[in-house]
Amino acid sequence: MNPTDRYYSSEHEWALLNHDETVSIGITEYAKDELGDLVFLELPALGTSLQKMQKLGEVESVKSVSDLFSPISGEVVEINQNAIDNPEIINEDPYGEGWLLILKPSNSKELEDLMPASEYESFLEHLEH
Amino acid sequence: MSVNRIYMKRTPLYQQHADLGGKLVQFAGWEMPIQFEGILAEVKNVRSYTGMFDVSHMGRLEISGTDSPDLLDKISTSHISNMSIGRARYTLICNDAGGIIDDTIIYRTNENTFLMIPNASNEGSVIIWLNQCIDDLGVDVQLNRLTDATVMIAVQGPQSTRMLQSICSSDLSQIRQFHSIESNISGNAVKIATTGYTGENGYEIISDTVHGPEIWSTLIDMGVTPCGLGARDVLRIEAGLLLHGSDMDAKTTPLEAGLNRFVSFDKSDFFGLSALRSQKASGIKKILIGFQLEDKGIPRHGYNIIYNGNVVGEVTSGTYSPSLDTGIGLGYVPINVFERHHNLQIDIRGRMAKARIVSLPFYSRKK
Repeated sequence: MNPTDRYYSSEHEWALLNHDETVSIGITEYAKDELGDLVFLELPALGTSLQKMQKLGEVESVKSVSDLFSPISGEVVEINQNAIDNPEIINEDPYGEGWLLILKPSNSKELEDLMPASEYESFLEHLEH
Repeated sequence: MSVNRIYMKRTPLYQQHADLGGKLVQFAGWEMPIQFEGILAEVKNVRSYTGMFDVSHMGRLEISGTDSPDLLDKISTSHISNMSIGRARYTLICNDAGGIIDDTIIYRTNENTFLMIPNASNEGSVIIWLNQCIDDLGVDVQLNRLTDATVMIAVQGPQSTRMLQSICSSDLSQIRQFHSIESNISGNAVKIATTGYTGENGYEIISDTVHGPEIWSTLIDMGVTPCGLGARDVLRIEAGLLLHGSDMDAKTTPLEAGLNRFVSFDKSDFFGLSALRSQKASGIKKILIGFQLEDKGIPRHGYNIIYNGNVVGEVTSGTYSPSLDTGIGLGYVPINVFERHHNLQIDIRGRMAKARIVSLPFYSRKK
């Protein structure tokens, strides 16, 4: 189940609005299942400004490599070094310990363009048919 | 309106894979599991305990008749007619130019009966080649395709003997490496061979299609880990074993692929011998290398190999190696690069990752 406290992109990333107005970004359960065992994670440097849908990094599994796209625009204020050092935590806990980075959004209204959990789940159902 | 639809073959174990939640993909025309629990967990199980693979997609060709030993000598780079009954041998089937049509294991099951295991993707071309040779040479050889009538299961890993022994009537410790015996599992006739593609001790079991699924389920109940093609690929690359179609093909010779030890130059004749003799005399221009990344990343099939800013070759196989915790790969480079320089780069989607040529295999089991 995808947590209902956050938003989802069609690129299978999630965005969670934190209490301090920053936004945590990660990949979804579906994404990590599709990728399989993750072994490498590449993220942008702190301070990088990202536009919505701009490439923000790469996740690489034993079988394939995928680009990550920023679901919203903003500045990178924190990256999850633990996930870079131990990418398997993304497989184990994609919605918790396996978060990727935190953005300071330039326009938090962009979150509303993303899907709530229920809409993301029907999006997934369409993908599978 | 009709749509293009790809019909894939399924092995008799298909239902077992689907029931276990295996992730199914297309491979050489077959719908096969690429993974069950996860590639890394499956690799770890094979290296430290026991895993098993459905390898029923590989060909099983029975070759019999009074001329079969001579014919197999003629089409193989190794000696076949001098093998004792029960012996198995890895060999190459080459064309006249010395290019590799397929690599295969041949088992001698009787004086004039052999079993050949071509790769799934090459079974058709091997059958055509064999039939052509039988016709051209006018020899007494019968070819019987057993692929659809049988199941083949590879049980691999340090505990494989112990696991299999508890359901098998024969004393498995008495079978030497690269041999096969006729045996029984749960009262049903099977062939058991001490061969594999993982770098671990292990067995390959050939059963009829009725009992194959029962053997698979029994082994699952005993705790043997089901593994998919993803783990199989990681294991074989770590063990330095080549994959035909990726690491060699009909335009590559065994000498270029580093498979010299499987070419018996003392044989009087086989397809490709004169071409290989002259290549041996004049020297090869390219050679297969194994390399290990010193930077982060995973080399993959088709990535360029760079030396001094120039593209000098291409990666033919690559993976993340859990045993070495780094990216490893195989590829071809010009012989002069190989002889002088052991530090190369791999172009990983525009990023130059440092790589070092290392000797194969990347991984060998503790003996």
